[in-house]
Amino acid sequence: MTRYDLIVIGAGPAGLSAAAEAASHGLSVAVFDENARPGGQLFKQIHKFFGSKEHKAKIRGYDIGEELLREAEGLGVKVFLNSPVIGLYAGKEVAVNLNGAETARFRGDTVVVATGASENMVTFDGWTLPGVMGAGAAQTMMNINRVRPGSRVLMLGSGNVGLVVGFQLLQAGCELAAVIDAAPRVGGYGVHAAKLARCGVPFYLSHTIIRAEGDDRVTGAVIGRTDAKWNIIPGTEKHFDADTICIAVGLSPSTRLVQMAGCEMHEPAPGGGRLPVCDEITGETSIPGIYCSGDVSGIEEASSAMIEGRISGAAAARRLGFIDESEFERRLTGLERALASLREGMFAPKNRGKTFEKTDEGFDISVSLLENGYLSDAEAVRYPGVKTLPGVHPVIECTQNIPCNPCQDACPKGCIAVGANIVSLPAINESAKCIGCGQCVASCSGQAVFLVNEDAGGGYATVTAPYEFIPLPAKGERGRALDRAGNVICDAEVVDVRVSPAFDHTSLLTFKVPKSECGRARFWKRGERL
Amino acid sequence: MHMRLADHPILGKPAHGKPVTFDFDGKQLSGFEGEPIAAALRAASVVIHRYTKKYHSPRGIFCAIGRCTDCVMIVNGQPNVRTCVTPLEDGMTVRTQYGVGVRSGGEELL
Repeated sequence: MTRYDLIVIGAGPAGLSAAAEAASHGLSVAVFDENARPGGQLFKQIHKFFGSKEHKAKIRGYDIGEELLREAEGLGVKVFLNSPVIGLYAGKEVAVNLNGAETARFRGDTVVVATGASENMVTFDGWTLPGVMGAGAAQTMMNINRVRPGSRVLMLGSGNVGLVVGFQLLQAGCELAAVIDAAPRVGGYGVHAAKLARCGVPFYLSHTIIRAEGDDRVTGAVIGRTDAKWNIIPGTEKHFDADTICIAVGLSPSTRLVQMAGCEMHEPAPGGGRLPVCDEITGETSIPGIYCSGDVSGIEEASSAMIEGRISGAAAARRLGFIDESEFERRLTGLERALASLREGMFAPKNRGKTFEKTDEGFDISVSLLENGYLSDAEAVRYPGVKTLPGVHPVIECTQNIPCNPCQDACPKGCIAVGANIVSLPAINESAKCIGCGQCVASCSGQAVFLVNEDAGGGYATVTAPYEFIPLPAKGERGRALDRAGNVICDAEVVDVRVSPAFDHTSLLTFKVPKSECGRARFWKRGERL
Repeated sequence: MHMRLADHPILGKPAHGKPVTFDFDGKQLSGFEGEPIAAALRAASVVIHRYTKKYHSPRGIFCAIGRCTDCVMIVNGQPNVRTCVTPLEDGMTVRTQYGVGVRSGGEELL
């Protein structure tokens, strides 16, 4: 039986990070993954990540995946693909179906279980029809297989998965008929919702799908309003034409292997699902030397999974004596700080299910953002990133406390201040002079930064907005400006299109609107003159 | 709507394998070598992969990562092949699966 210092199960962000960390301390490491390609879900994630520099913020998921893979391979980590682990035993023995052929056994002196999570489902009449699929399935189809999952899609679920995949559907040229959620408030980041709303995607909160229509495939759906007890209110039914229904109603940790090994599990959570009992810092389970990292130990983001993986990898190295206690502590200090900052803010794991009425700074939370997916005109002006100033200047419609600060680092002139606390709302430093470089616009993972010049001459104002669609308009092209709700408000001529490797596929469109509309115009769309 | 993404604002143009043809229920379809069979079928607007044994209800792509087994079909005579994770090869025969599989003689188990 082949022996490794560390066996990692799952080559996603947590697993690869654990492997790289351990290998960097000299451990022999093997990673097993059932998929044909490593990276877990990272290669499907085409959006820019949140966080700060140390969390690889503003880098797109697939680039983070590439980097991690190169690092692991460079350190001599052996990655076995098409090799599902079918057994994990208390003696840290692992049974693997190698390449779909022979079943082989390996022994790890330590084991990191990084098996991730799988999508939750909800059932409704017609939910088994072809065309109903997980949001993750739609993401795999368009971003990996490069085939549209459908033409006109309904998204059930307004958490970050639903919102992010919804935007990716638009980027792939699909129509997004609506985002629906039984909850009364948008579950994911407001900035993700706002990206969809300004493109004209309607939000139906307190609604759910009653049935999918179609004989042998989805042709539409009927939704209805839910009351406080999640029952449909009669008479509120509404029909949508759609050929695809995506379900994005949360994830459940894939814990079968840890359970098989006999690791102690928590009692089932109220929402269902069982989590392994793990050491809060290292992820070590009740069986010494078996660790859990990433979503298997509790659903979070890929950014935290990567740090958890590093910590488990370092803990394995300490356990086997490759590093001593003091070196482990040194390594841990930075990693723990990075992890702690990701776990701050309104969407932190500890705040799950809570509703906030005010930001940390004392600003009222936008009700419209939570109920409609966009800031109302009246609400938008109350935040510290939204100021009226002479000349071109950034307008930052970032209104919830989330751990993210690339806008601050992006500005070469110090116009934007998030401060030492990464979850603070970005504020405009009115004494600094904006040069209109647009770095802040491109750096914002939530696409919430705009450059506005309230008086560009001739009775016009200009608005510079991030644009991640094709075909890119040409300078001089006429179209329409849309407001935050996605309503067409006026004609708008594109006066500048900026594309730069530094912007990483986010183009900057500058369009001209009447001065009176500069506080409302937030998206540009092709269209005939009004 | 053409289902294949010829271009993408973030990912650019796809790098496909070589074009191949395969047989789907007696019809010749085209796809790219190495892509999941399910992707080639979706591109050809085929969305029904199988019918269930008991209620004869249609199933298609559901998880697209080889977990749920909704998309299984009879591939080169072998039933219950997960088409979302099985790479397409030139000349494959892909059949809609009725029920749970086929007997050794090729007769379907309904």
